[in-house]
Amino acid sequence: MSSVNDFVVKFANVNGSGSASANALFAKSILRMGVPVAARNIFPSNIQGLPTWFEVRVTEAGRLGRRGGVDMMVAMNPQTWDRDVAEIEPGGYLFYDCTKPLPPSKFRDDITVIGVPLTAMCNDKYVLPRERQLFKNIVYVGALAALLDIELGVIETALSEQFAGRDKLIKANFEALHMGADYVKANLKPLALKVRRAEAVGDRIFIEGNSAAALGAVYGGATVCAWYPITPSTSLAEAFMGYCKEFRTAPDGKARYAIVQGEDEIASIGIVVGAGWNGARAFTCTSGPGISLMQEFIGLSYFAEIPAVIFDVQRGGPSTGMPTRTQQSDILSAAYASHGDTKHVLLFPQDPAECFTFGAQAFDLADRLQTTVFVMLDLDIGMNEWLCEPLAWDDNHKIDRGKVMTHADLEAGREFGRYLEVDGDGIPYRTYPGTHPTKGGYFTRGTSRNPYARYSEEGSVYVDNMQRLLRKFETAKSLVPAPIRDNAKAATKTGVIYFGSTTPALHEALGVLEERGLHLNALRVRGFPFSDEVYDFIAAHERVFVIEQNRDGQLRTLLVNEGQIDPLKLPPVLHYDGTPITARFIVAEIARLMGAPANRPRVPEAAE
Amino acid sequence: MTYITKPKMHHPNLAANALGFTRRDYEGSVSTLCAGCGHDSISASIIQACFELDLAPHRIAKMSGIGCSSKTPDYMLGASHGFNTVHGRMPSVLTGANLANRDLIYLGVSGDGDSASIGLGQFAHSIRRGVNMTYIVENNGVYGLTKGQFSATSDKGSKSKGGVINHDSGIDLVSLALQLGATFVARSFSGDKHQLTPLIKAALLHKGAAFIDCLSPCVQFNNHAGSTKSYDYVRDHNEAVNKLDYVAHRAPIHVEYEPGETQTVTQHDGSILSLHKLAGHYDPSDRVAAQAFLSSKAALGEIVTGLLFVDPAAEDLHASLNTVDTPLNDLWDAELTPGAGALEAVNAGLR
Repeated sequence: MSSVNDFVVKFANVNGSGSASANALFAKSILRMGVPVAARNIFPSNIQGLPTWFEVRVTEAGRLGRRGGVDMMVAMNPQTWDRDVAEIEPGGYLFYDCTKPLPPSKFRDDITVIGVPLTAMCNDKYVLPRERQLFKNIVYVGALAALLDIELGVIETALSEQFAGRDKLIKANFEALHMGADYVKANLKPLALKVRRAEAVGDRIFIEGNSAAALGAVYGGATVCAWYPITPSTSLAEAFMGYCKEFRTAPDGKARYAIVQGEDEIASIGIVVGAGWNGARAFTCTSGPGISLMQEFIGLSYFAEIPAVIFDVQRGGPSTGMPTRTQQSDILSAAYASHGDTKHVLLFPQDPAECFTFGAQAFDLADRLQTTVFVMLDLDIGMNEWLCEPLAWDDNHKIDRGKVMTHADLEAGREFGRYLEVDGDGIPYRTYPGTHPTKGGYFTRGTSRNPYARYSEEGSVYVDNMQRLLRKFETAKSLVPAPIRDNAKAATKTGVIYFGSTTPALHEALGVLEERGLHLNALRVRGFPFSDEVYDFIAAHERVFVIEQNRDGQLRTLLVNEGQIDPLKLPPVLHYDGTPITARFIVAEIARLMGAPANRPRVPEAAE
Repeated sequence: MTYITKPKMHHPNLAANALGFTRRDYEGSVSTLCAGCGHDSISASIIQACFELDLAPHRIAKMSGIGCSSKTPDYMLGASHGFNTVHGRMPSVLTGANLANRDLIYLGVSGDGDSASIGLGQFAHSIRRGVNMTYIVENNGVYGLTKGQFSATSDKGSKSKGGVINHDSGIDLVSLALQLGATFVARSFSGDKHQLTPLIKAALLHKGAAFIDCLSPCVQFNNHAGSTKSYDYVRDHNEAVNKLDYVAHRAPIHVEYEPGETQTVTQHDGSILSLHKLAGHYDPSDRVAAQAFLSSKAALGEIVTGLLFVDPAAEDLHASLNTVDTPLNDLWDAELTPGAGALEAVNAGLR
């Protein structure tokens, strides 16, 4: 196997061994050489001891989804040796620590094996067990650099930035790096897999979705954050703390924000609802189990019409499921959260850049629509660094607080009814508590009330209010981000609908399918409620595949249910083993389905 | 029902406070609670306290959960914004509201079911965070709105209307509040407005988590005594109440007694509350002594009332979080959004 700037390296490590930062250094160094990478951490719910993997796709062509398959395995974990070796593509490479000899049965004939005695080298060089372990990671980065032609100078620059001000540590890391590279130069030959300097990264940035979403919350004007630790959303709250400290500290040192770690998810959403009721922009971030706990408050937000933003970084469910694996499986529990007739606004970012944009926009939408807005990330976007467009902000943007009646409005005699339809868009006016001594006060309740917020169990009053809430949801259609359509090169009656972190793998798959003469028009859904464009797209095609990372085709269910679509028209393509969906999987599934009769959706098989 | 507003007319000579408001300006809708309910007496004390303190009604935010007690914010302070939230979760909503605007006065009204059963966690955490609020639990030891189930403050060994004995230990919210770090802790009795109103005033002025446990007999579900002492009479009468869906009118209980005295109060069900009013020489600045005193009186079967503990130098959640003086809901683009330039610097650090 030979390839320049187009291959997949997978690291198999033991969790807690310090490999994560060495692997990230490897990925970043390739990026710094102008070659795009897609890096994904596949980690256990564990602090120390369990297997963990890190997959780096080197892709000058910019295919940032998971491809599937591994060209080079860096096998550093004896626990997972057999499966790791089995995963290598025929003709691929196995890099391992050859300090301890292994029988031939542990290898394969159809791969190239590269042994470096990492443990022996580190035991010779270092005395402290901790140093032996940590530097071993840097030694293999040095060895890989020499094997793959990664410039050592680039790695050194990255190390210097990482340990800025700690010269002793920088020097020690340089030594370890060169120890690995020197061993390869003296004992081995470079591989046919190569990294070559390119100009393919441009001004793109490398950032985690959680971090970008947190920055979006800062730009969106969020001042109150209440949260409860849960993987994979914790780093969003932590990033918000960091950015607030940097950007929201007043000249006198005081905080223009309030962050509370709640005692649970219920308290967290309660704090958000209280702050939203009182006119501050507030959010919580959580994952599936948190969404389950927050249901009652989400219903209150819907019915009492209180702005709230929830970042849902989805993981494997149901129940505790797979806490450190990715899925898009909270779509239905978010869209219809809570008892009674409820529907909620959802945004589906495709990458960290959209996590930022939608993260900021969610606060305008929540205030404008006076309801809960979900930003639906997943672990793949949230916790992995993605190469994406630089974050962009328009300084002309002004915060939209929606329909708020002021002291002056009330003083001028404007009629105020908290739940009164005024403009025909289903959105009433609200007042902030404390606005006016005698006008605009009202009592907020989750029980039925008339347009003037007075208690009422009158059937017709209740129905009118519920109908107005539907009109409001109709208004939301034109406010959420519009879908994005990509047409096939040839006319086709087959389409595909996809969303979120599936995007890069889907784009790659469409290219491969096109080469095989299978043409599909594609529509990326970015918001719920679905706009007319989504239904028009479905109507214009005979068959539309819906690609999702869950078992039950949850977005498809929403399409069928909200749009009265014939389910047979929407064959599902579902990947839900907890790893990010791959281009190869999509190609295989769609090719199979396009060769099959169109009138029966198949029961999906477990992914990969 | 609560959509009934009271007539705006009032006596022309009704006294006004420093802001020009009369007591009537602090009232709300007509109460829908049972006649004689202790909760209405507490509402009256809250109204009186706000009137006497010259608080602008619209600068008070009244928050509650679910239950009989949580309905009462509708029956007071009609010009204030109120929020009847979800069961047991008023403290978190109040916390969020307080974070959004530190300049308003936050009054949380809850019950023993709302705060000691479903909401015990939120009660505890709002107090330990030191949210600047007045948190009143209208404590009748029973679920009124769902007709008579035990709450977590029901005493062990007490008997429900249906004859069931409570085998679970009762939670003493005052002891809990002291342990959790509340900076103002008091207990009173709905029927003792001379004690309760000043306590509410002091709590409203306190800059921190102020907690008042207010015993408030339930006229329906802790049964009836009134003029009749006969247990059979009471039981028969209440069965009739259920079958006919008729709610007997009863007079609220009032007590007056001097500091340092122990006063027994016969409740509507014939049960006796033994209230000990703190004497003038009691030192409310010592948290440990307060806890010991409470325990010693509890062992004698006496319920201590009065101001049990206050930390006059209390600090609140905003002090812990070091938030700006301007309410967070009044910050705008310039203070909130770092701008495109700052973002470009962030981007540069991510390449």
